[in-house]
Amino acid sequence: MCLAIPGRVVEWIERDGLFARARVEFGGVGRDVNMQCTPDADVDDFVLVHAGIAISRVDADEAARILEALAELQLDEMDEPQDGREAAPPTRR
Amino acid sequence: MKYLDEYRDAAVCERLLGKIRARASRRWTLMEVCGGQTHGLLRWGIDDELAGIVELIHGPGCPVCVTPLESIDHAIELARRDDVVLTSFGDMLRVPGSAGSLQDARGVGAGVRIVYSPVDAVQLAARCPDKHIVFFAVGFETTTPATALAVRQADELGLTNFSLLVSHVRVQPAMELLAADEHCGVQGFLAAGHVCTVIGYEEFHAFARRFQLPVVVTGFEPVDLLAGILACVEQLESGRYTVDNQYSRSVRSVGNRDAIRLVDDVFEVCDRPWRGFGNVERGGLALRPQWRAFDAAVRFPRASLPVVEPPECRSGDVLAGRIKPPQCAAFGRSCTPDSPLGAPMVSSEGACAAYYRYANRRTSLDVTAGDDGVSNDVRAAT
Ligand code: SF4
Repeated sequence: MCLAIPGRVVEWIERDGLFARARVEFGGVGRDVNMQCTPDADVDDFVLVHAGIAISRVDADEAARILEALAELQLDEMDEPQDGREAAPPTRR
Repeated sequence: MKYLDEYRDAAVCERLLGKIRARASRRWTLMEVCGGQTHGLLRWGIDDELAGIVELIHGPGCPVCVTPLESIDHAIELARRDDVVLTSFGDMLRVPGSAGSLQDARGVGAGVRIVYSPVDAVQLAARCPDKHIVFFAVGFETTTPATALAVRQADELGLTNFSLLVSHVRVQPAMELLAADEHCGVQGFLAAGHVCTVIGYEEFHAFARRFQLPVVVTGFEPVDLLAGILACVEQLESGRYTVDNQYSRSVRSVGNRDAIRLVDDVFEVCDRPWRGFGNVERGGLALRPQWRAFDAAVRFPRASLPVVEPPECRSGDVLAGRIKPPQCAAFGRSCTPDSPLGAPMVSSEGACAAYYRYANRRTSLDVTAGDDGVSNDVRAAT
């Protein structure tokens, strides 16, 4: 029930108040979402939607930073040696 | 789909698994708090991949499962009234009460409607002025902003035929009970990413210090889950116990201030009985006095009939992490998703349902995991 799904803001319908709404697209499926808790979201931003309301704006820079760090995880720890250096062998059990 | 597919990348998962295996010098016991995380761990076989390295104890974060039987009986009672239509999330319908479920009641003519959002229940009330629409409000902090918004909207529309049967719960008091229990072997917590999206994680600093346990705010996709586990293992291996945020694309330390303000305006903290836990101090939210006109429990008090728990069901032990579902004698025998004895076999976040559903798949990490994939998740959520 705590599932929340990321969707892209396509268009604001109503900007203010308790009925603030935007059209949000989830992999091709569009739905009107209440935006009262994400007033700063712009068109093309992604929001996480739970039970019909957006509960956060996805931080695109932060997401990119973490994914990059995950990509580097490979280079640091377990990839082939580079520049002739010996990489530590991966310890697996 | 953006922000889902990247976090189901098999190569990244393999690297994270390798790193966890390399880092763990001994076996660690972690609890994932949220039932959505439990389903992810089992769906992608992460628990099996880490067998012997990280033991995962499933936490109480299934709101449907911890909803006390009294509340379910009360909801059924309301649905049977001629003047009431009871609305709730689909997950609530098949949860067994003392005598049957909401779905059974609907089968014999009770007014029960599934809604996707509490604000849809407000719209229904606006369209049906001759009926009283009750929304059965269950859920953790993730869901409370939507419910609070429904109350505010109903007020703004001047509706007098809308109310809430509130059974909202707060996750941290239950984590405190678990951490304080000397029989609970949990060494670190994966905190629920969407709860923290709303309330933030500042309150967890005192919790981590007090119990000397690491807390890692964790998401729901396989990469998120593995990154959360890795961060927790890193802390344990280096003897630290702080709060880490591994779901930073959605979670800020202060949470979502607009959502918190909305909830604070409508709800206040209260004690609440949880199924499996008994009374949890500060474990729930109730409508503030100025919103009592929207309280279905005040309008339609429950007839105090006795509640009847099925004796075979060990949902309390499952919810507190004392046993895993297959240790319940009824699991897969007298209790299946088609004829559930307890809520954890019904709910999409219940641990018993997760074990039943993924019993045959749980062999190795498979991020494409057969079934339904992203599109089904989207359908389920929208
Ligand atoms: S398997 Fe069924 S009877 Fe056993 S604890 Fe789970 S829900 Fe209850």
